[in-house]
Amino acid sequence: MSTERAAGPFDLDSAWLLDERVAIRPERFGALLYHFGTRRLSFLKSPELVAVVRALVEQPTARAACAQAGVSPSEMPRYQVALAALAASGTILPRSV
Amino acid sequence: MSLVDEFQYGLDAPICLTWELTYACNLSCVHCLSSSGRRDPRELSTAECKALIDEFERMQVFYVNIGGGEPTVRPDFWELVDYATAHHVGVKFSTNGIKITPEVARRLAGSDYVDVQISLDGATEEVNDAVRGRGSYRTAIAAMEHLAAAGFAGFKISVVVTRQNAGQLDAFQAIADRYGAQLRLTRLRPSGRGADVWDELHPTAGQQRALYDWLLVNGERVLTGDSFFHLAGYGESLPGLNLCGAGRVVCLVDPVGDVYACPFAIHDTFLAGNVRGDGGFAHVWRESELFTELRAPQSGGACTSCSAYDACRGGCMAAKFFTGLPLDGPDPECVRGHGETALATVLSGSAPKPSLDHSHRTKPVPVSITRRPPQRICDENPLAATAH
Repeated sequence: MSTERAAGPFDLDSAWLLDERVAIRPERFGALLYHFGTRRLSFLKSPELVAVVRALVEQPTARAACAQAGVSPSEMPRYQVALAALAASGTILPRSV
Repeated sequence: MSLVDEFQYGLDAPICLTWELTYACNLSCVHCLSSSGRRDPRELSTAECKALIDEFERMQVFYVNIGGGEPTVRPDFWELVDYATAHHVGVKFSTNGIKITPEVARRLAGSDYVDVQISLDGATEEVNDAVRGRGSYRTAIAAMEHLAAAGFAGFKISVVVTRQNAGQLDAFQAIADRYGAQLRLTRLRPSGRGADVWDELHPTAGQQRALYDWLLVNGERVLTGDSFFHLAGYGESLPGLNLCGAGRVVCLVDPVGDVYACPFAIHDTFLAGNVRGDGGFAHVWRESELFTELRAPQSGGACTSCSAYDACRGGCMAAKFFTGLPLDGPDPECVRGHGETALATVLSGSAPKPSLDHSHRTKPVPVSITRRPPQRICDENPLAATAH
């Protein structure tokens, strides 16, 4: 599998992981993220999204990570957008399986 | 609840923590917000600093902004930087460049966890040195050359915008481009020695407007530490959170371990506690009376009726305080001009003075002690009253 950054819509059916240079700090509203490589701070605006991001590394696909975190099919489009933004900023990376 | 609302009510740990390691400095910048110069004998020891870093790690403070004084003059500075990064606390330190040798630059270039910010307050030697002292421009430029030569991409050049350099923004950007650095612009505050020069140095209303327009065009590639949120009153928000983070997402730990609401508010009024106290830093951050108060909904006072209030939120607390304005009044640099009107009513000399001053003594200190005759006999000898 390519390690090139995905172009176009976020691929829910491939494997992803959190960049190892990113630290997650849980907060009431979700979590704060800090990327030590780009030195950018970002936010995860719901605890469910935090659960999805944490589950990425142990699931074969992003879709499976969403399912594990309890995301319903009707919510998937919203999560796909959020994950696309995280991929665009290099917070999460494609992973070889 | 919006993210900004969440931040108003405070977080379990600060996002942006400034830690001033020492009041010692080789320079005497006229606008120094911490009135630095001489080391304070009560400064935290190496062991105390490491214990504080351990606490930051437990609280998941992602990184600390280390400043001073000039932090690199502390003999244990590099030891503390290494200790912090080994404990997952990133370090961004501000320096005038005095210790950034080619060798140090090479070391710094090798770490993802260390960022460097070189202070420069003029794009020309003349403008810079008038504020930061003779030779400081060359020192800063030499440090930038060393960092660039070592391959340190994206270090920061930190500029306090003044009346004298406000017209040099493009020239600053050119310097940043030349060294592969990123420009950071911050606001001049009337804090520390800055209070003494604020009247002559703070940008004019016209310059503020030009700065705002420049930031709207260039803001995405320039850092501001959110310091110009009072300019949001012009209409459009600038990139950033656009709120006063004091005690909510920001705080300052000073060299002796005192915790203040923000780096620009070194005054007893904004002192929340000390890291040497029971419960350490976490206790001060989470429980102190002052921070709890700051996280409660604030009154906008006279500003609430202004149509710009939602954008500027009344501006900077420290700027108001040290110019003698009420905390629920307008910012002294209010873009609608309410600050100027309010300043006209402040009695000269009535603004609060900083609680601390570690400035170099530029005048010789008198060594002879003159004796005034005692007013009453017991002023001279506490036992005098009972001795007769």
